Amino acid sequence: MFDYNYDFSFVFQPSTLRALWAGLLVTLNVAFWSIVFSFILGAFLGLLRFTKLRFFSRLATIYIETIRNLPLLMIILFVYFYIPNIGFLRLSIGSSVILSMTIFTSALVAEIVRSGLNSVPAGQMEAALAQGMTYTQALRLVVIPQSFRNIIPPLVSQFVSLIKDTTLGVAISLPELLHNAQQLYNIKFAAQIPLLLTVTLIYVVINYTLSLLGRHLERRLQG
Amino acid sequence: MWDFTFLNTFKDQLLQGFFMTLGVSIVALILSFFFGVVIAGLRMSRFWLFKTFSYYYIEFFRNTPLFILVCFFYYGNLFGLQSKFWIGTIPLALYTSAYIAEIVKAGIDSVPTGQFEAAKAYGLTYFQTMIFIVLPQAFRYILPALGSQFINLVKNSSILALIAGGDLLYFTEVISSEAAFLPVYVTTTLLYLLITVPLSRGVNFLERYFSLKPKSR
Repeated sequence: MFDYNYDFSFVFQPSTLRALWAGLLVTLNVAFWSIVFSFILGAFLGLLRFTKLRFFSRLATIYIETIRNLPLLMIILFVYFYIPNIGFLRLSIGSSVILSMTIFTSALVAEIVRSGLNSVPAGQMEAALAQGMTYTQALRLVVIPQSFRNIIPPLVSQFVSLIKDTTLGVAISLPELLHNAQQLYNIKFAAQIPLLLTVTLIYVVINYTLSLLGRHLERRLQG
Repeated sequence: MWDFTFLNTFKDQLLQGFFMTLGVSIVALILSFFFGVVIAGLRMSRFWLFKTFSYYYIEFFRNTPLFILVCFFYYGNLFGLQSKFWIGTIPLALYTSAYIAEIVKAGIDSVPTGQFEAAKAYGLTYFQTMIFIVLPQAFRYILPALGSQFINLVKNSSILALIAGGDLLYFTEVISSEAAFLPVYVTTTLLYLLITVPLSRGVNFLERYFSLKPKSR
């Protein structure tokens, strides 16, 4: 562990900082769009699975249960290497990772949304229907708003996972934070551990802040 | 397009990868459960040092990407580990143990304080109370969360593919460059489901078995 000198000063050189900053922007960019898309798709799938539309509910269930049991890294490799084979679609590395993360995370978001909806007592739905609301109105005005309390906290930790998982983009050379750090320490070996520590620190700061926010929201919503 | 002849040509590699994934998962599962319970115990102790240590342990491993941990061991040659099996298994166990610690702690918290008091009134020691009264009740409560964490662990073992670790996904990538792409991935999907589906079914079964509600069907 201590067989060579660590070069911490390398981390603070302007060129290093610029490369890390560029990587961080890619990480945040990919994470942001993956969060947006997987939330939209996941909420839709979760609602589908929750509703009584037999056929679509079944379809959503198959999608969710399959994707949930597969490694994200496998989906990333599959999407990246397979999509060019179809022919008509050209994806950049970034959009390829965003697409993979959306496919993967939407299945997990769907489960969170569904269990949130299930946590609202059935009496609420029945009462709303008895008041003469349509099924969609009852969902939109009564059930969904109440489910937020049980959806938001697990959603935040799911998105923390997503941010961590952007490092898997290394597999297909997405120029994100860890990838750039690896490029740098391939040139300067003594800076390897310092660079890895720096990247770890950046991730911990981002994710810990988000986790704290999630816990704060949880307390507010339970209150 | 649906050329499955690779199943014959690359049978050995596929099996080797499958058993590597299975082996890493099983060993990491045992280790992470053990570490997780220990860390949860420290988290709930009265000593400041134990409490602080376990708090930062959990926050560190929960907020650091798994692949960075692997990088420390693999590229950083931390502790001079050589075997890829352990380079994959140890970070995976540490990473998962943080989640398990949180789950176990939440489970113990969920046991009503009356149970502790009653056990104390009967003259049980702290460890007896934990082992015979509290943990069995907590176990029932944490089973679902524990189960999904174990499934995450199996999925995360694919991180080995990034360091050419000879797991299922690694061989999938190797084989897919030499054989029909789609069939290879379909096969891998089925092999992963072969591990994860019985795992989640098993957890569901245990959940129903230990459930307090009257058994349905």
